[in-house]
Amino acid sequence: MAAHSAHPPGFAHQFETVAQQREAGTLGMWVFLVTEILFFGGMFTSYIIYRSLHLHSFIQGSHELIVKFGATNTAVLIFSSLTMALAIRTAQVGKSKGQIIFWLILTMILGAAFIAIKLRYEWYRDYVEGLIPGVSWLDGGTHTPGVKMFMCFYFFMTGLHALHMVVGLGILTVLVIMTARNKFSSQYYAPLEISGLYWHFVDIVWIFLFPLLYLIGGRYPGS
Amino acid sequence: MSGHAAHDSNAPHVVPISTYMLVFLALMVGTALTTWVAYIDLGRWNTVAALTIAVVKMSLVVLFFMHVKYATGLTRIVILAGFFWLGIMITLSCSDELTRHWEIVPQGWQMILPLVSRLF
Repeated sequence: MAAHSAHPPGFAHQFETVAQQREAGTLGMWVFLVTEILFFGGMFTSYIIYRSLHLHSFIQGSHELIVKFGATNTAVLIFSSLTMALAIRTAQVGKSKGQIIFWLILTMILGAAFIAIKLRYEWYRDYVEGLIPGVSWLDGGTHTPGVKMFMCFYFFMTGLHALHMVVGLGILTVLVIMTARNKFSSQYYAPLEISGLYWHFVDIVWIFLFPLLYLIGGRYPGS
Repeated sequence: MSGHAAHDSNAPHVVPISTYMLVFLALMVGTALTTWVAYIDLGRWNTVAALTIAVVKMSLVVLFFMHVKYATGLTRIVILAGFFWLGIMITLSCSDELTRHWEIVPQGWQMILPLVSRLF
């Protein structure tokens, strides 16, 4: 270890090396993410079972969703994952804090855009068209009862996902403030790395929600 | 800079920007592909195609954006354990729920087919 890095910034004394500290942080975050996998997994499991029990209704419900907004939001979220990864890389190679903040803010803008599209073009439209069970349900008798079940799954799954996005935006706000206060360097950027893991995880949840909710009912004629 | 980092065992792996860009492009292509294929009638293979593409996209995000390709074995095994437990949850739940409608003692593997077909 070089002389000047005997006490690198952010290096806690209980660790033997910086690499060990980094592994501990990454591992701890992944343990949390595993609980998140099982948390969302519970909903995915229920979705699989109820879909198998009410397949026709779930396909009918799926056709109420608009694919172009789901696909656009998928692209927006993937783009935000790229900018998040670039924010961390910018810190890794020791670029200026202004550049780190640029990528973080861009990530926040994309995350906010995702929520805005969801609210304005999907949930608000669902409210107007009466597709929200218990809140606004205008069933002209065309829907089988299971469609309500599908829409419940849709709102709980996308709602919990959006909640995670809002939490992520809060975390990113804290990261911007920490960056502005010179907390990070190429030697120490663990909060950026770990928050990045969270942000990418939320992206992955959406990568599965998009096909499960919007696509697998079949969009071709006669489905 | 990367040459210097290569000699420092404490330095993290810095992923090249070109790798991030390739992963990003692959994810975008995957999104377009999964959307496109949903409009083609493949029967139950629509579900298989959609989930296969989703798993590939997830793997790209996990390996490159989340740096698991460069992570230690300990971290990797924790992640795999998470997915293994997810598999247990889904498999055991389905093995209960999807067999409740069995009215006769199953004879032979053909009994499995109507169950599997109901998933898609």
